[in-house]
This record gives sequence, structure tokens and C-alpha cells, in this order.
Amino acid sequence: MSGEQQILGFNRYGVWAIFRFEMARFLRTAGQSILTPVLTTSLYFVVFGSAIGGRMSEVGGVPYGAFIVPGMIMLTILAESMSNGSFGIYFPKFTGTIYELLSAPISPVETVLGYVGAAATKSVILGLIILTTSTFFVDLQIRHPIAMIAFLVLTSATFALLGFITGIWAKSFEQLSFIPMLVVTPLTFLGGAFYSIDMLPGAWRTITLFNPIVYIISAFRWCFYGTSDVGVEVSMLMTAIFFLGGLAAVSWIFKTGYRLKN
Amino acid sequence: MSPILSISNVSKTYSSGLQALKRVDLEINRGEIFALLGPNGAGKSTLINIVCGIVTPSTGKIVADGHDIQKDYRQARFKIALVPQELATDAFETVTTSVRLSRGLFGRPVEPALIEKVLRSLTLWEKRNDKIMTLSGGMKRRVMIAKALAHEPKILFLDEPTAGVDVELRKDMWNLVRQLRDEGVTIILTTHYIEEAEEMADRVGVISKGELILVEEKTALMQKLGKKQLTLQLQEPLNAVPPELADWNLELKGDGSVLEYTYDGKAERTGIPSLLRRMTDIGVAFKDLNTHQSSLEDIFVSLVSERK
Repeated sequence: MSGEQQILGFNRYGVWAIFRFEMARFLRTAGQSILTPVLTTSLYFVVFGSAIGGRMSEVGGVPYGAFIVPGMIMLTILAESMSNGSFGIYFPKFTGTIYELLSAPISPVETVLGYVGAAATKSVILGLIILTTSTFFVDLQIRHPIAMIAFLVLTSATFALLGFITGIWAKSFEQLSFIPMLVVTPLTFLGGAFYSIDMLPGAWRTITLFNPIVYIISAFRWCFYGTSDVGVEVSMLMTAIFFLGGLAAVSWIFKTGYRLKN
Repeated sequence: MSPILSISNVSKTYSSGLQALKRVDLEINRGEIFALLGPNGAGKSTLINIVCGIVTPSTGKIVADGHDIQKDYRQARFKIALVPQELATDAFETVTTSVRLSRGLFGRPVEPALIEKVLRSLTLWEKRNDKIMTLSGGMKRRVMIAKALAHEPKILFLDEPTAGVDVELRKDMWNLVRQLRDEGVTIILTTHYIEEAEEMADRVGVISKGELILVEEKTALMQKLGKKQLTLQLQEPLNAVPPELADWNLELKGDGSVLEYTYDGKAERTGIPSLLRRMTDIGVAFKDLNTHQSSLEDIFVSLVSERK
């Protein structure tokens, strides 16, 4: 065995090990992981793009088929980030292998970097696959590509983080799928993924503004077409607040050991 | 030499109100094999989990190789490894993937040669690319040990390492533990197979109802509390111990056909030759005899039952 050795100030080997372990699961099922979003995207184009889009030519100067692309990407990103983020930490809790993480010389920040980093990376990859698939169906323009990528990354990280928190909170697989299925997906559908909230009657429009996902989809659409339902700055701010709120929650969880430690 | 692990005044009360540990003080010497014995629910696993950082203590301080496990958790945990009692594995991953994860988590760079050495020492090398779910229970237990050894710990906790393990694997495990000790690893194991502690440990601690009731060198303990007995199977049963044999500490058992002599095995004169001579003189004949030294198990059972 080695002599006197010390661990570095930052456990980069630990972060990398978690990241690599989590990505390996994704890559092992790469066929399935890639085929699913491609198929789903194609179906959305058939249903919304062709069937409905035929009766609805343009929204805010953008052809309907192209208009739904950002919302469609977000629909997948939000759900996938959450489920990947939650599964990564819930599964060790479920099988009991969490003992190793809890006894390892790894800080909360490093743990989150590993798990959330991997979950967000998977989502970004999926997002880019959907984007690429879309180009087979419609002509896309991306006015603000850098902002688009930045926003894609930020949103993926935010929802992976929220997923991570759900994964720690959940005590069963039912609870694990509860928030993505019953909160995030409906809010995404109602958040203007396939329509502009300007198309809603006044009262509904006001109610919709309480839906945080409206801001995310709207900002993402702005990255593509330069138009949005609500102010881009407000949207970015909202997403950043989500992210910081998530970080605060995670640091509280690790400090108190909530649902992780006795 | 300073102890490698020093536990002082550690208590734990769970949120359910269960007091699992009551002011435990314990020092573990560098390079020893320490066996922590105790009935189920005595607090063995709680103590181990506290040292490893899985359970937060209610009071007390623990220093591992010079590092406070709470204030300086990184350096402390870097040196500690745990093989928990419950089988918990990354079922869908391969053996290598799982072991590699462990090494990284504990802050060590990827080192295929070391992983190969660990896997070979546990006869897991052939199975390295198998998914863990396809392995037998004993093999899974080996995987958990490989994971613990992957980061070259200085202090190794084995929580019930041989529970539900077949004889062959148990012997392998014992050899491995001795080999690790020879390499300078300090080993703390819990067990309720007393045979295991007797076979392996340098020192023994007995924990009962959250209290550490005894810590002693194994050999000293067995000398101090161990009794020796001579059992004589008599030719003819007796009604009572004959008065001529009153000088010896004798007991009549088994309907008078067995005579049991309890003596101090360490004394210069055991009294056995003179007893046998006197018996011949008075005409008490025996057909068979054996001696028995009380095992750690006997000692343990009497210690724990005394406190009930």
C-alpha cells in the first residue's frame, strides 16, 4: 500500500468517476437513447407540423412547423433532465450503494457536479439530436446561436438539478416519476410549447404567466426567431433564479443529511 | 505508537428516540485486527457507520490517522474503507466499472494495474466484464470487498464480512484479511461468528445495548475468562462425589456417569495426575476422558447474559 498520501483540495477524480459512470449508462443504451427522441420528434412533426400546421400557416411571422421546434426541444429537455438527474441519485439510494458515496471524501459540490453534470450533458446531446432531426422536416434559422446553446445548457443543468433534488426526496419509484409526469410535462404543454400565449384569451393568458415554463420556452424561441411572448431578460433571470434556488436546496440537503443520512 | 483510530465519547440517538450508542470510547492500534462482537442490534453497525461518515454522531469526537472525521473529513475518509453488511451492488454494471467508480470516488487516479491486482486477489479477474447481477451472492460479496480495496485504504471496516458466506469463501476471506494486515492495513471487523474473532482477531471488543462492555487482547481474555475442564466418562454411575475426592473441584453430571473437573489451565499443577491416582485408589474407574477449553463463544455468552 502507498505511503503518506493526501487527497487534493478538489476531488477531481471523484467528479470524473461519477460523470463517467453515469455517462456509461447512457452510452450503453445509445441506440435507444438516440432513437427515442428522433422518433418522438418525427411524430410531433407528423401530428402538429403536418396535420395541424396545414391549417395554421404562421405564428408571429414564423411558419408553424418551425415555430414548434424550440418548444419541442424543451419538452424533451425538461423531462429528460429531470428524470436523468433524479434517477442517478435515486437508484443508489434504492439499491443501497449510496453508502459508498456517503463515505467517500467527496464534497456536496463535487457530487452535484458529477451527477448533474452528466444528466445535463445527456440532455444537451438529446437537444442537439432533436434539433438535427428537425432540419429534415423544416427550414430552421437560429438568430442567436450562442445564446441558444448557453440557454440549452443552463436549462438542462437547472432541471437536472431539480431532478437531483427530487431523486433525494423520493422514497419510491412512483414519487420519482411524480414531478416529471404530473408537474413538468403538463406545465410544458401549457407553457406554449406548441402555441404562442398571445393566441390565448385574456384571462388564460394572465393565468399562464404564473407558469414558470412559459418563460423558459419563450426565451428559447427568442434564440431562434428573435421574437418572444415575454421579455427575454425576465426569462433568463427566472431560469437563473431556479438554478440558484436548486443549488441552495442541494447545499441544505447535504448539510442536514436530509433523506440521505441518519 | 499513537492509535490509528481514536473514538471518544461517541453517542448516537436516532430521531426515532432509539439510543444506539452510549458514550463509547475506543482506541484502535495501528496494524491490528480488531473484532467487535455483540448481539444483533447492539450498536456495532452504528459505530462503524459513524466512523465512515454514513451516520452523524449525536456527541463525541473521532480521529482517524490524525484527521478529525468531521472537520477534516476529506483526509480522514481518504484512508478509510467500508464493506457494509448488506449486499448492495451496482447490479447493471460490470465488475470493473463498479470497482473503477469506487477508486475515483475516493480521490485516486485510474490505475488499471492496481484494479487488476485487486480483482485477481479476490478471484474476480475472470468475471471482470460480467454484469454484477449475474454473479452469485459470494461473488457479489467479493465485489464489495474489491470496491473497498480499490482505493488502498489504511483502515478497513468489515461489517459482518462472512454472514451468509460459504465455508470456502470464509477461509479465503480470512486469508485475505491476514494478508492485508501484513501489508499494514488496520482491520476492524464485526461478527457474530465468535469462531471468526477467535481465529483472526488480535483484540476483541464486546458491545451490548450500545455500550462497550469490554476491550481486551484476545489471548488475555481467553486466559482470564477461559476455563479448562476435564470430563471423565465413568464405568459405573455414582450417586454423589466421593468424600475422598473433595479436594478437587468436581461436579457429577449425566445421571452420575460423568465427572467434570474444572481447573486453572495456566497453573503449574493442574491436579489431574493426583486426581486420577486417587480415583484408582478408591476404585472409581473411567472408560473415557477429554479436556475442553472454553471458547470465546462461551465467554461472550456469559458476558452478555450477565448484563441482562
